[in-house]
Amino acid sequence: MILSLTLNGKQIQEDVSSDLLLIDFLRAHGCYSVKRGCETSNCGLCTVFMNDKPILSCSVLALRADGSRIDTLEGLQKEAAEFGAFIADQGAEQCGFCNPGTIMNAIALFRENPDPSDDEIKEYLAGNLCRCSGYEGQLRGMKAFLQYKKEASK
Amino acid sequence: MLTIKNYVKAKSLAEAYELNQKRTNRILGGMLWMKMSNASIQTAIDLSGLGLDTIEETEDTFSIGCMVSLRQLEEHHALNTYTSGAIAESVKSIVGVQFRNLATVGGSIFGRFGFSDILTMFLALDTQVELYHGGIIPLSEFVTMPRDNDILVRLIVKKVSLTSSYLSHRKSKTDFPVIACAVSYFNGSYRAVIGARPQRAVLIEVPNEILTADTKEKNAELFADYVASQVTTGSNMRASAEYRLHLTKVLSKRGYLQVVQLQQTGGNMA
Repeated sequence: MILSLTLNGKQIQEDVSSDLLLIDFLRAHGCYSVKRGCETSNCGLCTVFMNDKPILSCSVLALRADGSRIDTLEGLQKEAAEFGAFIADQGAEQCGFCNPGTIMNAIALFRENPDPSDDEIKEYLAGNLCRCSGYEGQLRGMKAFLQYKKEASK
Repeated sequence: MLTIKNYVKAKSLAEAYELNQKRTNRILGGMLWMKMSNASIQTAIDLSGLGLDTIEETEDTFSIGCMVSLRQLEEHHALNTYTSGAIAESVKSIVGVQFRNLATVGGSIFGRFGFSDILTMFLALDTQVELYHGGIIPLSEFVTMPRDNDILVRLIVKKVSLTSSYLSHRKSKTDFPVIACAVSYFNGSYRAVIGARPQRAVLIEVPNEILTADTKEKNAELFADYVASQVTTGSNMRASAEYRLHLTKVLSKRGYLQVVQLQQTGGNMA
């Protein structure tokens, strides 16, 4: 079937199989930030935006994205790099495997709620698993980033 | 591994229903559970183009389309005001925001999964389901029916004078519930719904005659004892039947107290 979508601002039209998952479509188009992790819709590694909402690309058919706008970390590099520096400053990435998914979902949170509480951050990021940093560094990095944005906007 | 030969974005419910009569064809909800199966599907039927992804509020009802996501439920202000935040509470531990942006109300309710927080929550409300072929029936009746090839079009939640609460116990924050408990009061009586027993959720209407104590704490004990006496629990890898029964008492007692407090304060416990 013909799939037509906008990937990181670029219009793509392609004939795809009915059971192709969005993650495989994205990786075939060079979006290697989108990673396959748990395969049980739990880890958040494959997080991308579909029409600005964070979703799990491992759990949705590519054809479901027909007519949609898909953004991956590759399309949000400036925003991601700025925030990612704060995560790195806190030593909150060790193997770094979970980082793209976590950064995507954190950006989704900041867009939705620019001034979240600690509990709101923890709740929003509950679907992003990290097996090395222990989350505290990530939380510190997010708070430092939000503080920086707050001061920059004054 | 899930395989799908053909994919059809249905142009009408009639087309979707006709396609769904073939045993090897399947309606797609959020397909999060289906995706983990080894099903071999001839034609996947997608309802996402039929405008069933909205929550409509009228004077008397909330009409919730089958393609409404769990995240939409969580964020719907009027629905959460009506349920004192219980609906948001019932979905907030379901994996993560990304998952809840995909998972649909229809998928969760039609599947009648034992672990379903959604089924547990909506059974505690005055809820009906609209089936394309079967018409409008109470959710409490639908939950006992065998699975067939009908299409769940929407949920209809009647607005009544309601107080409700939702509690669950999980081994870890985003896991399936070990036990789930919704308590509500409307039309002059209390009801408790116990889900993740681990069988599908069961509705228990609690007769007012048993709540005879002079304090709410004592009535909460009576309420919990009655609920536990009516529930059958089972064992699986998450918990034993005995532990689930114990948790049933604990959560139904807490749920009752939350509902009573809401009645007294008119406040929102969420």
